Amino acid sequence: MKEEIIIAGFGGQGVLSMGKILAYSGIMQDMEVTWMPSYGPEMRGGTANVTVVLSDKRISSPIVHQVDTAIILNQQSLDKFQDAVKPGGLLLYDPNGITHPPTRADVTVYKVEATGEAARLGNAKAYNMIVLGAFLKIKPIVKMENVVKGLKKSIPERHHHLIPMNEQAILRGMEAVIPIKSYEL
Amino acid sequence: MDTKEIIKPENRVYGKSPVLTDVVMHYCPGCSHGVIHKLIAEVIEEMGIQEKTIGVSPVGCAVFAYNYLHIDWQQAAHGRAPAVATATKRLYPDKYVFTYQGDGDLAAIGTAETIHACNRGENIVIIFINNAIYGMTGGQMSPLTLEGQVTATTPLGRRADLNGYPLKITDLVAQLEGTCYVTRQSVQNAGAVRKAKKAIRKAFENSAGGKGTSFIEMVSSCNSGWKLTPVAANRWMEENLFPFYPIGDLKDK
Amino acid sequence: MAEKILLKGNEAIAIAAIRCGCDGYFSYPITPQSEIMETLMDERPWETTGMVVLQAESEVASINMLYGGASCGKKVMTSSSSPGISLMCEGLSYLAGAELPCLVVNVVRGGPGLGSIQASQADYFQAVKGGGHGDYRLIVLAPSSVQEMYDCVDLSFELAFKYRNPAMILADGVIGQMMEKVELREEKRRLTDAEIATLYGSWATTGKPANRKGNVITSLAMDSEVHEKFNLKLLEKYRQINEHEVRFEKVACDDAEHLIVAYGSCARICEKAVELAREEGIKVGLLRPITLYPYPSKAIDEMTAQLKDILAVEMSAGQMVEDVRLAVNGKIPVAHFGRIGGIIPTPEEVVAALKNRIQ
Repeated sequence: MKEEIIIAGFGGQGVLSMGKILAYSGIMQDMEVTWMPSYGPEMRGGTANVTVVLSDKRISSPIVHQVDTAIILNQQSLDKFQDAVKPGGLLLYDPNGITHPPTRADVTVYKVEATGEAARLGNAKAYNMIVLGAFLKIKPIVKMENVVKGLKKSIPERHHHLIPMNEQAILRGMEAVIPIKSYEL
Repeated sequence: MDTKEIIKPENRVYGKSPVLTDVVMHYCPGCSHGVIHKLIAEVIEEMGIQEKTIGVSPVGCAVFAYNYLHIDWQQAAHGRAPAVATATKRLYPDKYVFTYQGDGDLAAIGTAETIHACNRGENIVIIFINNAIYGMTGGQMSPLTLEGQVTATTPLGRRADLNGYPLKITDLVAQLEGTCYVTRQSVQNAGAVRKAKKAIRKAFENSAGGKGTSFIEMVSSCNSGWKLTPVAANRWMEENLFPFYPIGDLKDK
Repeated sequence: MAEKILLKGNEAIAIAAIRCGCDGYFSYPITPQSEIMETLMDERPWETTGMVVLQAESEVASINMLYGGASCGKKVMTSSSSPGISLMCEGLSYLAGAELPCLVVNVVRGGPGLGSIQASQADYFQAVKGGGHGDYRLIVLAPSSVQEMYDCVDLSFELAFKYRNPAMILADGVIGQMMEKVELREEKRRLTDAEIATLYGSWATTGKPANRKGNVITSLAMDSEVHEKFNLKLLEKYRQINEHEVRFEKVACDDAEHLIVAYGSCARICEKAVELAREEGIKVGLLRPITLYPYPSKAIDEMTAQLKDILAVEMSAGQMVEDVRLAVNGKIPVAHFGRIGGIIPTPEEVVAALKNRIQ
């Protein structure tokens, strides 16, 4: 198993920490992982992105230009990264603020109204966990118990009382994810 | 009293400190360095801290200070002695660490290291030999060269409009919170030597007490660099350097 | 089983320093490696192991703090990025000249000048061929994963003390900023002052006991005859290092007809390029130098019989490629491919360069 994922959105949406929790969950499942933040000429205009690779085997390049999954949280990122998804891959996005939806015909597309769901939960900070839940519903590459372990490792101990809230948000995301279009190679 | 009588141990009134080595010093006759080395050696001996003292020698005439005192020495890059001493003291807090630096080393190339070590209040002793000239490289202008003073690089005398003003680095260092003791001393006569030794002792004691940085400027003569006889050099120092760099404590807290 | 945690390359340096018994870290902030000092300040090792952590006023000060600390026989280190390392070069020359063991980490960014903050490998010459003045060498290690960043800290100290020579970890912005799984090795405690005096008392300035002569740490020798002898002693040391400390890794080399030589993060990209090229039937392998000084020249030379050509890939205008050429000494063609200015080559670009070369 090897999953190459790019997560992209605005700074402040929790893109980097979502990637970190995903990577830590992979470690809890004894996988190899890499987490590479936007670190190149693409890093400008307040956008943030991170590439996460999870694999059963040694990972060669931490920088990949063709991904299995793109998790897209704003229009700029959609414009920029939808072409990076491999044919037959997955594109998951939050439609909030998206005026030009995905156009790729050869990928599977899902959406999750994470902005709205976070508002309904009354917790804007749960946003990235709702998105993570949506992704794990579509591709359950790590078990929920390992995600909880990953959360414990990623979040400083003084904030551990927030873990149940994060779990709840992940579950909400799993419920809220909606398939738009399926594509198989 | 004949010679045999005079050299009997019970008649001895003065001896070379065992902290000084038997190596013949390379300093020019008349230079202040030798006297100041001797005073440091005597203070180390009298405080019984030979095994606990680490010296940091500079680049300049005193680079070879390590040949003259029986202690452990580190020879620093030009100007960097206070940084070298900072780490040494922090890693060996129970040791006595001192730097020995000239006015080019401390106040030109090493100004940043000097200011910041003093400002952090490192528990070290800085012994600063100010002879208002670069001795080792052949008598060029130093930051502390007086206005009008002739040097190899100011053949018509230092001009403020060309070369800037003499830098009163000791006054500057006295302003810093981190220094506990800042003084200006000299060694041109017996009285001055006695006072200078007291100052060195006090500085070493401060270091053990964790009071901060002790900074001793020794206003010194460089008869070779100044192109004067030793006696004339001392007179020139008293007449010209002392009015601009007055002897005495600037700070003692 | 040892604990495995997710760490950035920069964080791994800091955690490894504390856990391998480092005595002191002296540094000045610069992107992209400031997390090293920030992590140390967060971890507060002075309260646990007693390790000293100090933010210096400049890179010039921090490298000279290393000179003081290393003179004491203590395990001391600093970290910086390219422009900061340039400032340290005087100090590195003094450290090498005074034969002092210490560790300098360079998380390389684009140059020359202020350059860019993006990853680069353009400091290869500076690291392995000098940088400072005089005939000296650093032991240079080039980690290509976060685990290696961690492991290289202890290894660098081990080699530095074994040979009484400064060691450098030559990383880059990618390795510094990326996170990977790291297995924490068994902790080593700091040596006590008494242990240091016993182990290194023959040269270190630990305070002169009554029964030994004063130790002097210096790189100065006014007599040319003496100085030549000293330089010959250094050369002999470097020869020993070349004989015993070469480290490298080979990937898919057994049947390789073409070879990529790359180090650090670039080697990770090239490993992927090898995977892609092999899918297309190109018999290519990767040789990854782990030590850049000493360089695995012999290992490369030994492969020339089976190879048609070599492609050196680096994020520079072509620096390490010179050492590859020296290693093969004209036996087979050696080409260079690189992106510069802080651009990271893609695996696809490397494959294209390889194909271009083969045609």
